[in-house]
Amino acid sequence: MSPLTEKKEKKGILPFSIDILEALAKFQQIELEDVEISFDELELSLTPGMVVGAPRAVPPLAVPAKAKPTALLEAQVGIPREDYPGNIVEVKLGATRTEGGTRGSSVVIGGETAPAFYNFLHLPPHKPVIAFDVFDWAKVPLARAVKMHYREVLEDTAEWARLCVEKFGAEMINLHFLTIDPLIEDASPEYAVKKTEEVLQAVDVPVAIGGCGDPKKDPKVFKAVAEATTGERLLFNSVTLDMDIEETAKVVKENDHTIIAFTSMDVNRARELNRKLYDFIDKERIVMDTTTAALGYGLDYAFTVMERCRLAALKGDPELNHPLSSGTTNAWAAREAWMKMGPEWAPRELRGPIWETVTGHTLLLAGVDYFMMMHPAAAREVGNTINKLLSGKKPSETAEWVSFKI
Amino acid sequence: MPAKELSPIEVYKLLPGTNCKECGETNCMAFAAKLVNREATLQECPPLLEPKYKAAFDKLWALLKPAVRSVVVGTGDRKATLGGEYVLYRHEFTYFNPTAIAIDVSDEMPDEEFEARIKATDGFKYDYIGMTLRLDMIAVRSTSSDPAKFEAAVKKAVELTDLPLILCALNPAVMKQALSAVGDRRPLIYAATKDNWKEMADLALMYGCPVVASAPFDLNTLKSIAKTLWEYGVEDIVLDPGTQIEDGLSATIDNFTILRWDAINEEEEHLGFPLLGAPIVAWAEKAEDPVLNEWNEAVVASALVSRFSDALILHSVSGWCLLPLVILRQNLYTDPRKPVSVEAGVKPFGEPNEMSPVLMTTNFALTYYTVASDIESAKVDCYLIVVDTEGISVESAVAGRKLTADNVGEALASYKVGDLVKHRHLVIPGRAARLSGEIQEVSGWTVSVGPLDSSGIASYIDEKWKPFPEE
Repeated sequence: MSPLTEKKEKKGILPFSIDILEALAKFQQIELEDVEISFDELELSLTPGMVVGAPRAVPPLAVPAKAKPTALLEAQVGIPREDYPGNIVEVKLGATRTEGGTRGSSVVIGGETAPAFYNFLHLPPHKPVIAFDVFDWAKVPLARAVKMHYREVLEDTAEWARLCVEKFGAEMINLHFLTIDPLIEDASPEYAVKKTEEVLQAVDVPVAIGGCGDPKKDPKVFKAVAEATTGERLLFNSVTLDMDIEETAKVVKENDHTIIAFTSMDVNRARELNRKLYDFIDKERIVMDTTTAALGYGLDYAFTVMERCRLAALKGDPELNHPLSSGTTNAWAAREAWMKMGPEWAPRELRGPIWETVTGHTLLLAGVDYFMMMHPAAAREVGNTINKLLSGKKPSETAEWVSFKI
Repeated sequence: MPAKELSPIEVYKLLPGTNCKECGETNCMAFAAKLVNREATLQECPPLLEPKYKAAFDKLWALLKPAVRSVVVGTGDRKATLGGEYVLYRHEFTYFNPTAIAIDVSDEMPDEEFEARIKATDGFKYDYIGMTLRLDMIAVRSTSSDPAKFEAAVKKAVELTDLPLILCALNPAVMKQALSAVGDRRPLIYAATKDNWKEMADLALMYGCPVVASAPFDLNTLKSIAKTLWEYGVEDIVLDPGTQIEDGLSATIDNFTILRWDAINEEEEHLGFPLLGAPIVAWAEKAEDPVLNEWNEAVVASALVSRFSDALILHSVSGWCLLPLVILRQNLYTDPRKPVSVEAGVKPFGEPNEMSPVLMTTNFALTYYTVASDIESAKVDCYLIVVDTEGISVESAVAGRKLTADNVGEALASYKVGDLVKHRHLVIPGRAARLSGEIQEVSGWTVSVGPLDSSGIASYIDEKWKPFPEE
């Protein structure tokens, strides 16, 4: 139920008191029309009782002849106290030795009970996580501004992962197997197992395993990797409606991993996929990805679908209450992120990373819990914002910008 | 009444019911539906403007008015409308007036810099899915606190641009002198504070200008100023709850959200005003490399575009940080109720000749621009037929019968594609594969099924395209 309809219903059960308030308001108005009052008296007699602490249902009183105030009128801003019936499930990614895996740390995402960063209601219980994308194929097409940071490690997947953690502070590694694609190298599931093990050796943060997008091949690779890494709580990226959902979900659950449910910007399909997964896997293993489109190339759709999913979940929809994942690197699909343009838009070395940053920031405010990013400056910036929003710090002395010199 | 709960019936009951068609609709009910969708205004109904319907007009006006008041800044073609919003989340209805972006100049800036900044702001243009994205206002700051200098600066500004102005000075004497020079341009007065509200209110009334109520990080005082201004007779008010980019970022986002929530969900009259953000605070301490200031400013500005701001004041005029902002606000203020479409027709790419490929797609803007971008980056010389599917993507248009063999055939004929090329070979999108046989039958063209994703166009044309496939 929306807060609005709820409010309406509350009003509905109290018709008499509303009527009384309205009558009272009219009565006061009529009384005033017949009395001559000086402006000063009017303020004295009306201001205190009129607004401070008055119930919201009271219609504003009409002040006769628009008495001009001579001093500031008191007012109080009501801080919304919305109580959302739903909450987002918590999903734990990665497992330490004591938890049955080999990771140095694990992370939990989700658990929200309020819309994203409505900190006046509740702070989110867990920090959104920033994972760095790593590819197993040196020929993966990357924008120049991105590629320059990875040039040395393009041929060595494990080193690439290590660089992301050690140099850029990646909280997770998002490994994508592109070479398993039948249209690329059709690499075997055994190859993927070996590469996964190399990456798990190279870094001790939690790891996500991405497929190539082939609904026949990915499940085979996921199965082999899941079985070889039982207990690691890897995040498999992803299961889709056109896959054998049962087989993939079961293998993920049986080997104690987690999974991303991927759909293409459609709330109903997101719900449908989750519903199908519930038959085979517990909710606490499911993260949702409703597709990230780049700023300028459908970000509005991506933003709105995520916002709708999150709000519906908080209002109690039991089929959408999962942490949200975003392939924020998709920001680079926008030509404005990488293309050489006129001098007024230069340099593209800044335009690109800010494109990824703005795409990430926008989706952060829609509710994303798990970011897959690539440009180190963009990842750092989204991370900084998350830390600032969660710091609980109060505003400092306000800079008076009207007269400062720049 | 919140916009999303209003039904056409409620509106219809208050209309004259003459079905006179003067509004351009077939009857009053159709006009009521347009009013509810805010696609028409009450002024378009001539009978309603007659004195005998005054009571109904007033009731309708109250029913249809936005929860956030529309405040107009400036005059003429480039005036800016701030606010005028009905909902908290865009999917509940739509947002209406994109966040207006102002760039600052100051009364102590060297002439050359002053002029260059105004020219850059005035001339900022970016062509994006058939629209021209621009900047909206100039904020003139009084850093000197000298009334004569400020007056000279605002005069210079209006000589250089037709853009609306925000006059930024907290000293009413300084403000007064500037308003005496440019008050007829309806600038936005920044700002009425708890200390100067009365003088600023008098100036706002005297010159008929909108005014910002400002109380950084003190919402009660902010509301108190707004309420006092309102009771004083000032109706066009903008709220400035304060902007910070470091420790205060969380409070900044909170305050914008609380104010907009109260205006819309609680229908709080004295908070139903546009919100002003000041990412310019990112310049309080100049970084060693000013690029950092620009970056921080753009990042907080982007967060405020998604979180309800109706106007922003920025300092940077660099294209690389303004471009993502103007595109973001365009995206978020696009009407989600309507598919975004481009004009149907034939678009040449590169330098096509009579043996060049003929490809086809739909007029859904995102589909079209993605395909166009893929063709351009592949440097394929070709013709692209854009079929009118009422702004629906290929897959959905096939499923929803908006893309059929008949309308493809019609497009080929009415756009005279046969006059452009010698061959009769059409490549259709992979997602329209099931229409191939029928299109061939209807149009007489040979039809090949292209790639599922337009990123495959380059290799498809390279490997498979022949003007006369059967030879």
